[in-house]
Amino acid sequence: MTERSTSAMLYLNGINVSFDGFRALNNLSFAIEPGEMRAIIGPNGAGKTTMMDVVTGKTRPDSGDAVFDGVHNLTKLDETEIAGLGIGRKFQKPTVFDFHTIEDNILLALKDDRSTRGTLFAKETAEASARITGILDIVRLKGVRDRLAGSLAHGQKQWLEIGMLLAQEPKLLLVDEPVAGMTDVETRQTAELLKEINRERTVVVVEHDMTFVRDLGVKVTCLHEGSVLAEGTIDDVSQNDRVVEVYLGR
Amino acid sequence: MTFPIIRTLDRGASIFLVLLAAFTIAVPVLNLLVPATSSLHVSTYLIALFGKYVCYALLALSIDLIWGYAGILSLGHGAFFALGGYAMGMYLMRQIGTRGVYADPIRPDFMVFLNWPELPVYWWGFQSFPYAMVMVFLAPGLLAFVFGWFAFRSRVTGVYLSIITQALTFALMLGFFRNNFGFGGNNGLTDFKDILGFNIQATGTRNALFVISCIALGLGFLICRFIVTSKFGKVLIAIRDAESRTRFLGYRVESYKLFVFTLSACMAGVAGALYVPQVGIINPGEFAPANSIEAVIWVAVGGRGTLTGAVLGALVVNYGKTYFTTGMLAPYWLFVLGGMFVLVTLFLPRGIIGTLQHGLQARKLRSAAAAAEAGADLEPDPALLTPAIAPARPTPASRPAPATRPAE
Amino acid sequence: MMSHLYGRAVSFTCVAFVFAVGLLVAVATPVFAGPYEDALTGFTTDSFGDTDTAISGIAASGNPLAATVVEALRDGRLMFSAGGKTVFFKDKTEKLFDAATGQPAAVTPPDLAPVRLNNRLRRSVDAAIGGLTLLSPNSAIRLGAAQSVFRSRDATVLSVLDQAIAAEKEARIKRALTQARAAVILNQEDAKEADKIDAVAAIRERGDQDALQLLGSLPASSSATVKKAASDAIASMQSQLAIWTALQNTWYGLSLGSVLLLAAIGLAITFGVMGVINMAHGEMVMLGAYVTFIVQDLIRTHNPALFDYSLAMAIPLAFFITGAVGVGIERSVIRYLYGRPLETLLATWGISLILQQAIRTAFGPTNREVGSPSWMSGAFEVGQLTITYNRMWIIVFTFLVFIALLGLLRFTRMGLEMRAVTQNRQMAAAMGIKTARVDALTFGLGSGIAGIAGVALSQIDNVSPNLGQSYIIDSFMVVVFGGVGNLWGTLVGALSLGIANKFLEPFAGAVLAKIAILVIIILFIQKRPRGLFALKGRSVEA
Repeated sequence: MTERSTSAMLYLNGINVSFDGFRALNNLSFAIEPGEMRAIIGPNGAGKTTMMDVVTGKTRPDSGDAVFDGVHNLTKLDETEIAGLGIGRKFQKPTVFDFHTIEDNILLALKDDRSTRGTLFAKETAEASARITGILDIVRLKGVRDRLAGSLAHGQKQWLEIGMLLAQEPKLLLVDEPVAGMTDVETRQTAELLKEINRERTVVVVEHDMTFVRDLGVKVTCLHEGSVLAEGTIDDVSQNDRVVEVYLGR
Repeated sequence: MTFPIIRTLDRGASIFLVLLAAFTIAVPVLNLLVPATSSLHVSTYLIALFGKYVCYALLALSIDLIWGYAGILSLGHGAFFALGGYAMGMYLMRQIGTRGVYADPIRPDFMVFLNWPELPVYWWGFQSFPYAMVMVFLAPGLLAFVFGWFAFRSRVTGVYLSIITQALTFALMLGFFRNNFGFGGNNGLTDFKDILGFNIQATGTRNALFVISCIALGLGFLICRFIVTSKFGKVLIAIRDAESRTRFLGYRVESYKLFVFTLSACMAGVAGALYVPQVGIINPGEFAPANSIEAVIWVAVGGRGTLTGAVLGALVVNYGKTYFTTGMLAPYWLFVLGGMFVLVTLFLPRGIIGTLQHGLQARKLRSAAAAAEAGADLEPDPALLTPAIAPARPTPASRPAPATRPAE
Repeated sequence: MMSHLYGRAVSFTCVAFVFAVGLLVAVATPVFAGPYEDALTGFTTDSFGDTDTAISGIAASGNPLAATVVEALRDGRLMFSAGGKTVFFKDKTEKLFDAATGQPAAVTPPDLAPVRLNNRLRRSVDAAIGGLTLLSPNSAIRLGAAQSVFRSRDATVLSVLDQAIAAEKEARIKRALTQARAAVILNQEDAKEADKIDAVAAIRERGDQDALQLLGSLPASSSATVKKAASDAIASMQSQLAIWTALQNTWYGLSLGSVLLLAAIGLAITFGVMGVINMAHGEMVMLGAYVTFIVQDLIRTHNPALFDYSLAMAIPLAFFITGAVGVGIERSVIRYLYGRPLETLLATWGISLILQQAIRTAFGPTNREVGSPSWMSGAFEVGQLTITYNRMWIIVFTFLVFIALLGLLRFTRMGLEMRAVTQNRQMAAAMGIKTARVDALTFGLGSGIAGIAGVALSQIDNVSPNLGQSYIIDSFMVVVFGGVGNLWGTLVGALSLGIANKFLEPFAGAVLAKIAILVIIILFIQKRPRGLFALKGRSVEA
């Protein structure tokens, strides 16, 4: 096994991405420690989603390194390989399989043999069924497991997607705006859920909702124009003059 | 292997298989045992016609597997059908032997005519039936594999894939039209005498070919059924509806597509191979892009994403075609066909079987909701039904596709 | 082939001209007996040998009637009366003139018969005409004469040639005369070696196929030095010719590319800008071609004088008719299928079948005759390039359409709204743009452009119900290859595919070249799925 180049779970160093002359990420560097939960904030166009695209292999950076778990160079891998390493992602716009039942959505996400042969001859096992029930319990969708995912309300889809993330059993979760479109109660519940998940896994949350970020009570990184503007506790960051100027407002 | 296949059969699939079996037995019986004077007699001409329909149904099934379940719209499946047909045709040509016009024991007539001194290498071995049967699978399968390997790895999707599959079959058509390709050029392969020693025109042979085609259709149906009801099939549908999401879940999308595309091409090849001895000719016209796209409409009419629908669609449309083009209405057939494309996409997007299933489920849900009215938190929601297809889903490939649009 | 036709056309004009001049001069000249009159009698014996001598005599006589007589001889209009020992010529209206005086003949002798020619004499006649016209005051005639001497290599005109070269003022003609002289010298057994070497150099300057052929077929008696000089010249000319061949291929490729561009440019709007897969696009082209046919048909029956304006009339008509059909299709079918590209593809394929069959029912399945106006027929030469007018005008037309479209998108209100709607539909709607109207008009525009493409293509392709089918796959290839949503990409895509095709053809043949191009595009799309000029970034995934 290769020796770890860093103790961090996710280590980004000098990442640059540009689209048609627009610099989406500009020498972006930061590190997430194992077991940490990190909140990423920043105005629109700060590069939050592009950062996730780089980490999950959707976008290849022009330069820079992204190292996962100390040994894997993410910039050389594609989405499937990265997912296989144990990085799960929830999208900004909830993306579930509308024409599958909720149960099947979780089933497809369950950590299992992903090969064509494996799925072709896969058998329904009681163990898998129990795992699905467990996850549906956590995300409060047990009562509707046979419904089509497309029929769920927006907030429920967000939860289903978090459930799918859980089913993947990743080491690192990237969660993009998990509480968009949720009620206050749901937002609070989501914060609790993420904290629960964080006990075993490293989590990166991108969110605009400052109340929610405060609820999480974790280290915050503020991005602006593709690089890190400030990093620290929510109080430190929210008192940073530059952050107030470009993002929070006075 | 048999057990899980049987287990995947629901009521619709069972009904289909029973009907197919009945058809397979009844048609030869009515041809061979009922006297020609009886009104129940099925003529040998009809046997060949039905056999042709059954081959088309198998082709439709192969298209439905990739289009209905994996969202790959191939406009070049006729190419695989034709390749399978040519492989069979080459065997049949070699069987003619000295009975050809030029009575050359090795070279088919057209090669003698073109003064080819000897049989080209790619014709070697086709005198052997097992070899030809291997090629029936291998030729279309290999082409599909190579093509798919490039296309799916580079993530060519949606209409782009459709267009290049069309270009593929168009290029093959241009090639096969050329004499120096060594496949009989314009005229293709024809004047077959016998298959495995049986006279190809004989009533017995025609019945046998018909029965074999039906069995092939049944097997094809069971294989497709096995695939789409497995977890593999669920992954396919996931790919169809949200390809990139499936990738982020860790599935190697290109392997799934490649497997199902290659399998589908092999099925199309078998359909073509069974088609050729029954119609007695294979020529480059089978590669015409219009043929491939016509096969797609069979699936759309029957209901894509429903295997029985693909079969039904192929039968209905081709019966309609025979009915129209053999009568006074012949000039109007293209209007009917063209109108079918437009009307089905606009008003019957689920196809015949898909619409029936939809209606059936809606009724079931309504009665279930009525029964469980007290305390049930499930209101009958139209979205609960299983639609065969995703209606307004922008494909990532169509760049600026207007995502939503108010119904006006 | 073309140059041959061209040469014939030139020599025809000079003949007519010389004939006219000859007549005028003849009327004004007093008559006296001399070498000309003596030579004339040679025509009256009906012997090929005497006729030959007579031709040389006439040519050398310097008499202003000489050219007229020799040309009449060539055209079978020279008559003689064996009894009267007189010679006459007829003009084009069959009027008879006395060859000795050039005056109209007073009486028609009863034993009038044409002077007969054989192949050897025809060569003499051509050479004589060449010599006679070398000194013509008309520069086009002199040039034509120089060319004809170059081909005939007739030694008898050498002295006239020298005279002509000395008198010539126009550099272009002087060069042609010098080359003609060089051709003559190279074929003269007794010419000096130094002169021959100079001649090789002069011919090498010419650098075309004729020059190559001339140097390649030197008389066997030529010395080794001359042969060496000739083979060196051939080698250098061949490399020059290769450049000309490349230019010729580029021109053909440009021509094919412009046809592809014309066919694809409407698709670049409907597919590239709107994202609508219109499989009936080819039928829009076909409709445009049929509009041209109808316009020409009406002109033929009502006012044939307007025929040269038929295309000018067909273009706006085709634009509006196919544009209207396009708007109809968009309103009745396509608008219900936005966001479902595969369904759109199937529905529009159905429409294409219906349109084809409708045209087949109305006009029959066979090719309809569409004529070319006079200004689109013929050809001219640039260096070694032969350029036909119809191809040239199609290229010019294509670029005009391209520029107009570019301008329309960039500078007009409609273009602005179209771009707004395609970039952000909701926002455009919120700004008060009627998006449904813009959709219909955009689709109408794409279809209308396909229609005027049909007008142009009717000039070079068969007008049949299947016309569109042959362009649809190519058009999609061009748009996909060039990069969707980018008109410049379509331009570059069309031209590079056209040129690549023409450069492959000499090696692979037309069909294999086409297959090769398709395979290359298939591979290319897999390498760069979004084409040459792809957009990157967020907008792609929308």
